[in-house]
Amino acid sequence: MSDTVAGLLTIALLVALLAAAWHPLGAWIARVFSDGRHWRVERLVYRAVRVDPDSEQGWRAYATSVVAFSVVGLVLLFALIVAQTHLPLRQGSAGMGLTTAVNTAISFVTNTNWQSYAGEVGMTPIVQTVGLTVQNFVSAAVGLAVAVALMRAIARRGEGVIGNFWVDLVRGVVRILLPVAFVGAVLLLAGGVIQNLSAPTTVTGVSGVEQVIRGGLVASQEAIKELGTNGGGYFNANSAHPFENPNPATNLLEIFLLLVIPFALTRTFGLMVGDRRQGWALAGFAGLLWGTGVALVTWAEVHAASAATGSMEGKEQRFGVWASALFAASTTGTSTGAVNSMHESYSPLGGGVLLGNMVLGEISPGGVGSGLYGIVIVALLAVFVAGLMVGRTPEYLGKTIGRREMTCAATYILVMPVLVLAFTGLSLALDGPRSTMLASGPHGLTEVMYAYASASNNNGSAFAGLTADNPWYNLTLGACMLIGRFLPMLLVLRLAGLLVEQQSRPATTGTMPTHTPLFVGLLTGIAVVVAGLTFFPALALGPIAEALS
Amino acid sequence: MTTSLRGVLPQAFLKLDPRHVVRAPVIFVVWVGSALTTALAVIHPSVFAWAVAIWLWATVVFANAAEAVAEGRGKAQAASLRATKRDTTARRLGPDGREELVPGSELTVGDTVVVAAGEVIPGDGEIVDGVATVDESAITGESAPVVRESGGDRSAVTGGTTVLSDRIVVRITTRPGESFIDRMIALVEGAERQKTPNEIALTILLTTLTIVFLVTVMAIQPFAAYSGQTQPVVVLVALLVCLIPTTIGALLSAIGIAGMDRLVQRNVLAMSGRAVEAAGDVSTLLLDKTGTITFGNRQATELVPVGSVTGRELAQAAHLSSLADATPEGKSIVALAHERYAVGDGTSADAPAAAGAEFVEFSATTRMSGVDLADGTRVRKGAASAVRAWVCEAGCDVPTQVGELVEAISQRGGTPLVVARQDVGGDVQVLGVVHLKDVVKPGMRERFDVMRAMGIRTVMITGDNKLTAASIAAEAGVDDFLAEATPEDKMRLIKAEQEGGRLVAMTGDGTNDAPALAQADVGVAMNSGTSAAKEAGNMVDLDSDPTKLIEVVEIGKQLLITRGALTTFSIANDIAKYFAIIPAMFVVLFPGLDALNIMRLASPQSAMLSAVIFNALVIVALIPLALKGVRYTPAGAAALLRRNLLVYGLGGVVAPFIGIKLIDLLVSHLPGLA
Repeated sequence: MSDTVAGLLTIALLVALLAAAWHPLGAWIARVFSDGRHWRVERLVYRAVRVDPDSEQGWRAYATSVVAFSVVGLVLLFALIVAQTHLPLRQGSAGMGLTTAVNTAISFVTNTNWQSYAGEVGMTPIVQTVGLTVQNFVSAAVGLAVAVALMRAIARRGEGVIGNFWVDLVRGVVRILLPVAFVGAVLLLAGGVIQNLSAPTTVTGVSGVEQVIRGGLVASQEAIKELGTNGGGYFNANSAHPFENPNPATNLLEIFLLLVIPFALTRTFGLMVGDRRQGWALAGFAGLLWGTGVALVTWAEVHAASAATGSMEGKEQRFGVWASALFAASTTGTSTGAVNSMHESYSPLGGGVLLGNMVLGEISPGGVGSGLYGIVIVALLAVFVAGLMVGRTPEYLGKTIGRREMTCAATYILVMPVLVLAFTGLSLALDGPRSTMLASGPHGLTEVMYAYASASNNNGSAFAGLTADNPWYNLTLGACMLIGRFLPMLLVLRLAGLLVEQQSRPATTGTMPTHTPLFVGLLTGIAVVVAGLTFFPALALGPIAEALS
Repeated sequence: MTTSLRGVLPQAFLKLDPRHVVRAPVIFVVWVGSALTTALAVIHPSVFAWAVAIWLWATVVFANAAEAVAEGRGKAQAASLRATKRDTTARRLGPDGREELVPGSELTVGDTVVVAAGEVIPGDGEIVDGVATVDESAITGESAPVVRESGGDRSAVTGGTTVLSDRIVVRITTRPGESFIDRMIALVEGAERQKTPNEIALTILLTTLTIVFLVTVMAIQPFAAYSGQTQPVVVLVALLVCLIPTTIGALLSAIGIAGMDRLVQRNVLAMSGRAVEAAGDVSTLLLDKTGTITFGNRQATELVPVGSVTGRELAQAAHLSSLADATPEGKSIVALAHERYAVGDGTSADAPAAAGAEFVEFSATTRMSGVDLADGTRVRKGAASAVRAWVCEAGCDVPTQVGELVEAISQRGGTPLVVARQDVGGDVQVLGVVHLKDVVKPGMRERFDVMRAMGIRTVMITGDNKLTAASIAAEAGVDDFLAEATPEDKMRLIKAEQEGGRLVAMTGDGTNDAPALAQADVGVAMNSGTSAAKEAGNMVDLDSDPTKLIEVVEIGKQLLITRGALTTFSIANDIAKYFAIIPAMFVVLFPGLDALNIMRLASPQSAMLSAVIFNALVIVALIPLALKGVRYTPAGAAALLRRNLLVYGLGGVVAPFIGIKLIDLLVSHLPGLA
């Protein structure tokens, strides 16, 4: 079987699996967040944290809960990381510097999972499991909760409340993330991913060099790492490490896991707003962007190298070019950040597309929850510009996009580019940060911009090469992750507060349809043009200059 | 166009005052950029720097000119209105009933004044006593005088109009300087213009885009420095101005003013831009049946003979009995008899009167009218029961067919008039039935079909019973009707529609319409109506034509479409500008980037200057479109979107590639730009 045939079959199988899961999983998520009853285990949690699960919150209370929960999580994780060398199961871990610990705590609480440390050395198994894996679950559930609150706000008419954050959080973990991750972990175990608490093994390799081989609770963390679009690897090599991702079958499973919830949420959206066609349209939009990304990266990597097998530098032999490109395009399009190949080694065009996937704002299809609300923001923008062209005050799904709604959407759009461009510019201008760059010229510029794009979009993948474990990068990237995660979230919740108060305008032939292929095309155009116009000069000096030289 | 542009240029330069420019954030950024570039050109003079500086200033001037042209149109109208605001002398009635002469400008609320024939009414008010014909052409442009009288719905008079006959006593209802004419002048001049909600939302989007591009351009310098070549500030300013949405930013206020102006040209005054915008959003249209959908009078449409009676025989009798009937119904019978059966000459000439005929007038008790001829023949027409009673006096010979006909006509919402004749011999015979009905104005069904295609529901409001209302509604093609409607019903309907998320538009003229006019999102008051109605509505139709509501909706939509189309065009333009400027900026650094110079522009400097010039000229080129509004053909939203996306989206991508290339061909000949 040639690489091309194998690659195409892998993609076909992946699309088939996603399509099969889209319908039931999307419907299940919608049911989970509309259910009037509580599970017994959930009641225990509510009682423990003293929350009345049957009362709902306005947007302010919801937002306060999101922030409070995340701040507490941040402090606890930071404390745990700092204290890890004094805890059991140290297994020779060296611990972390203070700024690295700050960066790491922020990184995992914001669902970014940027790692400026090497997983197997910087973290003890205790922290990996009790700290990181827990945040892998709850940070994804926070994103999911905010997206669901927005969906409710669109569906409801003239109300003041958008749901109960604590209920949404608990249900997201208990009913969605835990069961799916459990199945995923079992399948990964079956596929050869390790799960043990053995002490490190020291072996002498064929070249005679001594090597320390560490074990760990990998499969359980691996499943949620992908499912929650987290991406933080147990090992430094992330999903390129044979203990995390041993063969093409686990590779396919991991790609499936990282795409499945973001795509299924488009169906949840359609169901919750009461018009399934709207879900189809958003799925079509995200699918179009993802498909284009996969096609471009694959084309670039297959044709970039002089070798007959394509560009193999930085890629694993057991995956090959196609499965690596597929993983790379999917991980950058979902804000996951797990990698099974080194993005730095991609061709200028391939690496540029990966960077482009992120600066689109993580909407192809984006992270768990965050992708969905990112897409809705783009939809509001598209509706605003195009809606005027049909002669009505712009409206989306019956809700008018007026001054205050536009302010939220516009500010949301503003946050990420400002973070990326400002911090990249600063890092390039300052001597200190410049000295930590591995490459020079356009490739070096791409390295730095990739880091800030990754952090600001809560992706977490790295364009390696950049030595980011120093105070400047740890703190500025930490700021990007924090602002890039929570400011948009607060704006989305504010928007939800505005939308939920509105009555719904009934759709007539005078209403702009938002479920047609034309609208999907428009949505794509707006997303690409807005990101393109913002980042074109920077991309011209990075990947484009490199590709054209 | 060129003449009017030249006319407003002085004003456009006056508007360069930063305090004025700052109201449009996008243009203010250009203003700052122009000042910066000029300063730099003075310090380091070069052909390129000066050329960019001049064209940046031109961009600001063109933006100001667009606004000035739009305002200029309103000014002309205001001038003619102001001419009517002559200084008048009012005859004010004192508490003791004596008249005193005071200047019109001193009148205040509650004063009563006397106005006699030939005098100008000194201020807005209500007639408290008397009736007069008034020439309101100063406001409406309509030369035919109108009758104004105390009490009822026609008691309002407007200051500046002239009494032609009789004498009236008017109680002044507005303070000096706040009269209707004062407000009209302020409106058409745009002096009180405030940004509308949608305009504000759009400004927020445009400001956000401006900030994004500001950050993008500011980030270029460290990027460029890292790459080995810093960029001149002039170049960065040029890039920034090209990227920010200057086109729509420059034309935004002109579009708003022109939208109001288009309404004024159709003799509709909108009290706020918000109302014009709301008109585009209307999804339910409430239309009064009488006078809007139908002509307002019942007219004979059919003559149905019974038994062996011929149509001509019935027509002759009906004609005869209606000759002295001056009501529209009577006249329509005369006309129909002539038209269908060639009876008479179609006019109510009193020929039979000469022959000793005696006419019986209609009265509420007899509910019949008719004629007694000199030869003893008597003809009666009237309500079925009344005629039946009359026939029964002489024998009750009424065919059952009559009852069926009467029933059938009533069923269809018409009014049946039974015609009977007593001939010379004393025999009484029922000849047939005249079908009177409300006649729907021609073309209404088509207009409602258009409304439906636009997604607007039409609801007919009438005091008629359900049966009649249903029949007219079906004939006119409205979507729904409200029969036996009281003002409270109307109010309830509006509130119900609004609770369902619909925006409602209606017209009204009476005082009892005022609450509904105020509640409706778009309330068009008829100028002939009471001042209470005019106060309550947010638009006034000077022609008092209720069907104009439909045009108002179209103008509202056109206003929003123009805004959206130019925004799309403006953003789409940026793509070509990038392809002109980015390779020009960095081609020295990375020669490979020349591949992006797909327009093959002559030199980096000519490329940048061409983009700046295109950016300025496109404003001038689009002023006519902003003023006229983009072409609007009523259609569903999907069709409109497809068309406008193609024209302004795709057109906006392609046009600047061509424009910049053409300008480059000229600019590249300038010395110093090689």
